[in-house]
Amino acid sequence: MAKLIMSLDDAVIREVPLDKERVTIGRKAHNDIQVDNLAVSGEHAVIVTILNDSFLEDLGSTNGTLVNGNPVKKHILQNNDTIEVGKYKLKYVSDPPPAGAGKPSVADFEKTMILRGPRPAAGAAAPAPGLADTQINEAPAVVPPPPPPPASRAPEKIAAVQILTGPNAGKELELTKNLTTLGKPGVQVAVITRRPHGYFITHVEGASFPVVNGKALDAQARQLNDHDVVELAGVKMEFFFKGN
Amino acid sequence: MTTNLGAALEVVTATDPGMVRSHNEDSIAAEKEIGLVVLADGMGGYNAGEVASGIAVAMLASEVREALAGQQPDAVDESGAPRAVAMIRESAARANAAIYQAAKSQPQYAGMGTTLVAALFYDNQVAIGHIGDSRLYRLRGDDLEQITRDHSLLQEQIDSGMISKEQARYSQNKNLVTRAVGIDPEVETEIHTYDVQSGDIYLLCSDGLSDMVEDGEIQATLSMLQSNLPLAARQLVQMANDNGGRDNISVILVRVLGDYAMPKGWFARFKAWFG
Repeated sequence: MAKLIMSLDDAVIREVPLDKERVTIGRKAHNDIQVDNLAVSGEHAVIVTILNDSFLEDLGSTNGTLVNGNPVKKHILQNNDTIEVGKYKLKYVSDPPPAGAGKPSVADFEKTMILRGPRPAAGAAAPAPGLADTQINEAPAVVPPPPPPPASRAPEKIAAVQILTGPNAGKELELTKNLTTLGKPGVQVAVITRRPHGYFITHVEGASFPVVNGKALDAQARQLNDHDVVELAGVKMEFFFKGN
Repeated sequence: MTTNLGAALEVVTATDPGMVRSHNEDSIAAEKEIGLVVLADGMGGYNAGEVASGIAVAMLASEVREALAGQQPDAVDESGAPRAVAMIRESAARANAAIYQAAKSQPQYAGMGTTLVAALFYDNQVAIGHIGDSRLYRLRGDDLEQITRDHSLLQEQIDSGMISKEQARYSQNKNLVTRAVGIDPEVETEIHTYDVQSGDIYLLCSDGLSDMVEDGEIQATLSMLQSNLPLAARQLVQMANDNGGRDNISVILVRVLGDYAMPKGWFARFKAWFG
């Protein structure tokens, strides 16, 4: 079960398990997490938990709610997010793997599973997830903290292409996207793909293949090195890494 | 009764286990001559997922092929829909029964299931059926549209306004499907028909692609590489792997090159029977 670690000025005050669907935070006594501080509204915020997701929602508080320093209205909590309410900090810690169940892997996290039983709806009592009905493999009942969402990984150095011949000679094109096509559609086109470990050129269409440093490519992708000269649709251009 | 589907469609497929999993539990089938493509993403312990998705895809292909031998997909039936819709519905129902029975008969297959997405091209239209969170997108011009709506908890939350699409990226409730093939004695396939235009590109994919690569990147890849469909498919798989490849990745691309209208009028059809 996920939990919040509450602290003030770096001193840990208590741990709060997120053991029900709604955990309220505020100055009034009825709140699950009562924060006795004038900077905190009577009903300041709520954390709604649906299966493996916890959402923080500010309830229109006077001074607002921050997550990792940024004001939020509604935020899906990720492991180690720090919520600030008044001067108090609440660190969100998502489920650790159960002891002895074997280390769940990233592979288990990404497995598609069928959801059984009533839908967990906001405001309804949290149902016991019926996942155990159809889980028949070693995937744990508790999901480990997920890896962050995939972000396109770009190489450290920005690269560019400078046109050497023809009417556009001298012009430079920075390769900022994952795919950049070059050439004349219908005549000869190549694509430069930006991957985590470098830039690659691949023939897309055309009767003849692009030429790199005087040699024609085959159908495979070829990694581009600093100062490679590419010839395509009758135009020469130089690939190079910028800065350093 | 060929209606030059083979010439009107370009079909390319790619499937990859990804960077993390040892098995590939996705299954795909492409039967260009009858205008059918099918993709399934299996789930279950050991290799049961592979068995479930394999059954789903094989049954869709053989049942639809058999149905087309005796019926016209564009003929309207008692329900008011083209026969193509019933062909997909009945084939998916048989696949569901087969997987459900297999799951009950063998302990190592207990609880296995699969998603399913199928597209049947006929008469300048396409019938698209799906169960689960494998998707079909359409690129028309420069616009990429997700045509199927996921049967998943996350999609229900987005639909009810509980979570935004951007926040959904961070959800830990990803991959919880609300509908699957083979889990229950009966399942309802969601099926719709759409008009097709020359130049359209259809992408069927498992969540191993759509979870790893954003829609904007998919759109750019299809748009820029559409003149080389095999390269576009390889590029999509590569991007998913470069971003982590945390699940099996499957992709089917269908490009519409031209007209594939069915001959109309009884005499035209009569003639068409003879090839």
